[in-house]
Amino acid sequence: MSDPLLKVRDLKIGATVYPPGEKPHDIEIVHGVSFDLQPGKVLGLIGESGAGKSTIGLASMAYGRGGVKITGGEVWVNGRDILKTSLKDIRALRGGEVTYVSQSAAASFNPAKKIMDQVVEAAVEQKKFSRKQAEARARELFAKLGLPDPDNIGDRYPHQVSGGQLQRCMTALALCPEPDLVVFDEPTTALDVTTQIDVLMAIKEAIRDTGVAALYITHDLAVVAQVSDEIMVLRMGDMVEFGSTDQIINNPQKEYTQALVSVRSIDHEEKQPTPEPVLSVQGITARYKGLNFDVLHNVNVDLHPGQTLAVVGESGSGKSTLARVITGLLPPRDGDIVFAGRTLSPSLAGRTREDLRELQMIYQMADVAMNPRQTVGTIIGRPLEFYFNMRGAEKRKRIVELLDEIELGEKFMDRYPAELSGGQKQRVCIARSLAAKPKMIICDEVTSALDPLVADGILKLLLDLQKIEDVAYLFITHDLATVRAISDSIAVMYQGRVVRYGPKSQVLSPPFDDYTDLLLSSVPEMHLGWLEEVVAHRKMESAGN
Amino acid sequence: MKNIPISALIGLGFTVLYFFVAVFAPLLAPYGMAEIVGDVWEPSSSEHWLGTDNIGRDLLSRMIYGGRTTIFVATAATILSFVTGSVLGFLAAVLGGWADQVLSRGVDLVMSIPSLITALVVLAMVPVTIPVLIIVMGLLDATRVYRLARAVAVDIEVMDYVEAAKLRGEGHVWIIFREILPNALSPLVAELGLRFIFMVLFVSTLSFLGLGVQPPLADWGGIVKENKDGIVYGIGAALYPAVAIATLAISVNLVADWVLNRTTSLKGGRG
Repeated sequence: MSDPLLKVRDLKIGATVYPPGEKPHDIEIVHGVSFDLQPGKVLGLIGESGAGKSTIGLASMAYGRGGVKITGGEVWVNGRDILKTSLKDIRALRGGEVTYVSQSAAASFNPAKKIMDQVVEAAVEQKKFSRKQAEARARELFAKLGLPDPDNIGDRYPHQVSGGQLQRCMTALALCPEPDLVVFDEPTTALDVTTQIDVLMAIKEAIRDTGVAALYITHDLAVVAQVSDEIMVLRMGDMVEFGSTDQIINNPQKEYTQALVSVRSIDHEEKQPTPEPVLSVQGITARYKGLNFDVLHNVNVDLHPGQTLAVVGESGSGKSTLARVITGLLPPRDGDIVFAGRTLSPSLAGRTREDLRELQMIYQMADVAMNPRQTVGTIIGRPLEFYFNMRGAEKRKRIVELLDEIELGEKFMDRYPAELSGGQKQRVCIARSLAAKPKMIICDEVTSALDPLVADGILKLLLDLQKIEDVAYLFITHDLATVRAISDSIAVMYQGRVVRYGPKSQVLSPPFDDYTDLLLSSVPEMHLGWLEEVVAHRKMESAGN
Repeated sequence: MKNIPISALIGLGFTVLYFFVAVFAPLLAPYGMAEIVGDVWEPSSSEHWLGTDNIGRDLLSRMIYGGRTTIFVATAATILSFVTGSVLGFLAAVLGGWADQVLSRGVDLVMSIPSLITALVVLAMVPVTIPVLIIVMGLLDATRVYRLARAVAVDIEVMDYVEAAKLRGEGHVWIIFREILPNALSPLVAELGLRFIFMVLFVSTLSFLGLGVQPPLADWGGIVKENKDGIVYGIGAALYPAVAIATLAISVNLVADWVLNRTTSLKGGRG
C-alpha cells in the first residue's frame, strides 16, 4: 500500500464557549481522532450535530471555524504536517491540494460575480492553470457533472441556476484546480430528495473519473453508504467505529452504529377512517398577496379524529401554505375549512378563542418558536392561563404534568430555551400545544432540523401522546421515512396540487403515478449500490418512453 | 459586572458623579443659585472656587444647579422620547398596513426638517417653561427612537414565537409588551445612552440661543451664554460649563459603547 494522502494522528480540537450566566471557558470538542485516507479513496464521516465531523473536515485544511482552535495532534497531507508548516505553505494547500464543498452553495457563491469567474478563481490564483486552461477544464467538469449547456452555464450568475445545479457548480469549483483531496461538507443536505439523487450521482462519477480522494461529511448514513469506500462514525468528538462501508452498514459492531443503522423502524398500525372527520379541507385555492398565480389549487383532504394525515412534497409544493390556510394566517381565495363540524372563518381575526384553542401548531425551528426571554414554565403556562384561566398552584401542577408527559420533568421549569438541546426545545413546543387540549395539531416539519436519533424520539413521543390525548396530527414533511413511521393517511402534493391521497397502505403501494414513483424511489436506502440501481431504473424508463 | 473595561469604568465614574451632584445640588452648593455674592468675574479664590460670573454670582453654585437642570431636562425628555417612540414603533410594526404607513410617513415628515429649527420655531411661539421644553425635545427626538424601535420590532414580529402568540389569540398588548419588548430591550437600552447625550447637547444649544432654560434658572448652556463675553477679556467662566458638557457626553458615550458591545456580541453576551 502506498503512503496515505491524508494521515491524521491524535487530532485534538478545542473551542471557547460562552454559556449564559457563566464565564467563557475552553472545552475540547474533538478528543484525539486518528485515521488514514489513501489516494483516490472516499472516507465518509458520519455523526449527529456536535459530533465534530465538520470540524475534523476543516482541520484537514488546517482551518478552524470561528473560535475553534486545533490544540494538538498531527495532520499530514502529502507527507508533511500541515499544522506545523508555514502560512505560505498553507495558502498553497488550500484551494490547491485540498478544496472544500460546503452545505449551502447558495450562501457560498458571491451573487455579484459570474459562476465561471468563481469556479476558476482558485486554480488561476494557485498558478495551476492559465485562465484559458482553467476555463476549458471548468467546461469539461460542467459536462461531466451533467450540467445543462456546459459551454455557457459559466456565464450565468448564481441566482440564475437551480439549487441542485449550483451545488454541482460548487463541486466543479472544488475539482477545477486538480486537488488531491476534496472535503464535501453535507453537500446534499439542503436539497430535495429528487434533486439529491442527481447531485449524488454527479459527485460520485466525478470522484471516480478524476481519481481524487474525498472526505464526505454527512449525518445521513444512507447517503454516505452510496459514495464512500470507508466510513468513520463519530460521536461527541470521539471515534465510535471505523470500517469499510460494507461492514458498517451490514455488520455494525458498536451499539451506537447499530442504532444509527436501524433508525426509523417505528411500527405504526394504520387506523381506519371514522365517519366524521375532525378537519375537512374543501376545495381550497390560495395565493399570496402580490403573486399572480395560485400556490394551492383545489385542495381536498380529510383528517379523522385521533389519526395522522401526512402531507408530503418537495419544497415549493405548497404544503406549508396549506398549513397557513388552515390556521387562518392566509385566507384562501376559494374553498372552506370545516373543523369539528363547523366552518371556520377564513381569517384569523374572525375565529373564536375556542377555534384557536382546538387547533394548535408546532413549528420546524423550535428555537425561534419560543420566546428566548421566557422560561419554559412561562411558555407552557401561558396557554393554560389564556384558555383555562389557570393561576398559581393549579397552573403549576398542570405544567409539571405536561413536563412529565414530554419526559422532561419539573426541573426544566425555570430554564430558558437557550439552555435546552434541540430535541428538548421541540418537546417544550409539543407541551405548549398540548397545554391547550387541542383536537388537532399541525406539525410543520417538526423533525427535519433534528438529528435522526433525536427525531426518532420525538416521533415516538408524538405517537404515544396521540394515544393518550386522542389528538389528530396534520403532519407536514418532505421525509418519506417519517411518513411511513407516523401516518394513517397520506396526501402527496406537487406544485400546489394533491396528486395522490388516501390511506397509507394504498398510497404507498403500486400502481404509482409518475411523481409519487419518483419521490418514493428517491429516498436513500441503506444498502450498497442503491444509487446505481435507481439511476439505471430511471434510464431504462426514459428509454422506454 | 466583573469584566468592565477601563474606559467604561472611567465613563461610569464620571456619570455617577454628575448624577450624584445633580440630585444633591442644594446640599452641595456653597451659595444660592441666584445669590449675588461678589464682583463681576472675580478670579477663583478660597471662597469662590471657580470665581464669580458676569453679575457676581458664585460660579461653582451656578454650575451645580445648572447641572441639575440640564440633567433633569435631558433625562425627562429622553424618557418621554423613549416611551412614545418605542410604543408607536412597536405598534406600527405589529399593526402594519395603513397604521404603519400613516405613522412612518408622519415621522418622515417631522424628520425632514432639522429638529433644532422645528424646536426654535415652536419655542418662539409658546411660553418657554421647563415642561414645554421637555415635551418639545422629547417628541422631536421620539422620531429617531420610533425608527429604531420599528426596525427592531419588524424583525422580531416575523419570528415564529410571535406567530404562535397570534395563533393563540393574544392581543396587541401582550404581543408588544411580553413578546417583542423583552427581545428589543438590548438595542433600545444601548440607544438610550446615546440619545441622552443628544438631549444634553440639545438643551444646552437651546439655552445658549436663549430659547431653552430661562434665567434666573441656571443650566450649562445658559451659563456659557451669560459668560461668553468674558472670553474676550481672558475670563474662563464660559469654559467650565463647556468642559462639563463635554465630559458628561464622553463618559455617557463610553458607558453606552460598552453596553452596545455587550448586547450585540454574537457570543451569548445578551442577557
